Amino acid sequence: MSYAPAAGHPPAEHTTTGLNHRKLLMWVFLSSDCLFFGTLISTYLVYRGKSVVGPYPVDLLNIPYTTVSAFVLLMSSLTMVLALSAIQRGDLRGLRIWLFTTVLLGCVFLGGQVFEFTHFVQHGLTVKTNLFGSTFFALTGFHGLHVTVGVIWLLSLAGASFRGAVRQETSLDVELAGLYWHFVDIVWIVIFTVVYLVEAPNIV
Amino acid sequence: MATPGAGHEASHPSPAKYAAIAVILSVITAVEVWVVYVEALAGVLLPILAVLSITKFALVGMFYMHLKFDSRLFSAMFVGGIVLTVGIIIALMGLFQVFVD
Repeated sequence: MSYAPAAGHPPAEHTTTGLNHRKLLMWVFLSSDCLFFGTLISTYLVYRGKSVVGPYPVDLLNIPYTTVSAFVLLMSSLTMVLALSAIQRGDLRGLRIWLFTTVLLGCVFLGGQVFEFTHFVQHGLTVKTNLFGSTFFALTGFHGLHVTVGVIWLLSLAGASFRGAVRQETSLDVELAGLYWHFVDIVWIVIFTVVYLVEAPNIV
Repeated sequence: MATPGAGHEASHPSPAKYAAIAVILSVITAVEVWVVYVEALAGVLLPILAVLSITKFALVGMFYMHLKFDSRLFSAMFVGGIVLTVGIIIALMGLFQVFVD
């Protein structure tokens, strides 16, 4: 069967699946990470509204503030995919610009989360205060940890690009990091709804 | 052995299309935040938020993670994990009687 790879894409792999096994492994990992966050989200939902002492979600959660954080993370997904698009075209400068922009947006998100956590602690909510505190910090904290790992990964990719280790032919390295980054973004889409929007005053 | 090329991705979208998706995602996020402040929608807020959230999730998965263009095995792998996750969430909530008044 004749096969002509699209421009900027590696040829098909000679594997039992015909797919690149690194990419397949990344999808298996992301699938398993869904379960990880699923357990944290379950725990949050199971104990939602069961705290016997305050502060309660309605006392602390700031939807406008978190909306900005959600927007920042969404835009970081755009810059990440533009970084991949750049390296697939062989545009190394574009890759670096978009990678560093993604890192910057990731750091802004993390900074916002640190500020939010600090604000909550100052208002009496810690991981030991009540069920809301325990489940909230566990869920959003592990998400923040994922973002941190993503930032480190992207910085290492940017560093590797200066050593000539990231090229058009090895764009899969950027694609794998991108898959992880987008996954972190879609997890936040769920957390933003389940934790923040659902606590809005109009929700019964 | 599978046919070489099976699962090979089609050409990815252009940067302009990626930007268009970002605009759509931003608009959906704005709508999500707007609807929570509309009292008239209070009774149907949860289904509305669920649909909007799933739409954003799907857009990122399909276009930014390229599931729309890649091998269906990747989609099956990911959707399988999501289905299992949603099942576990519902089962745990049921087990802890969250759905009981």
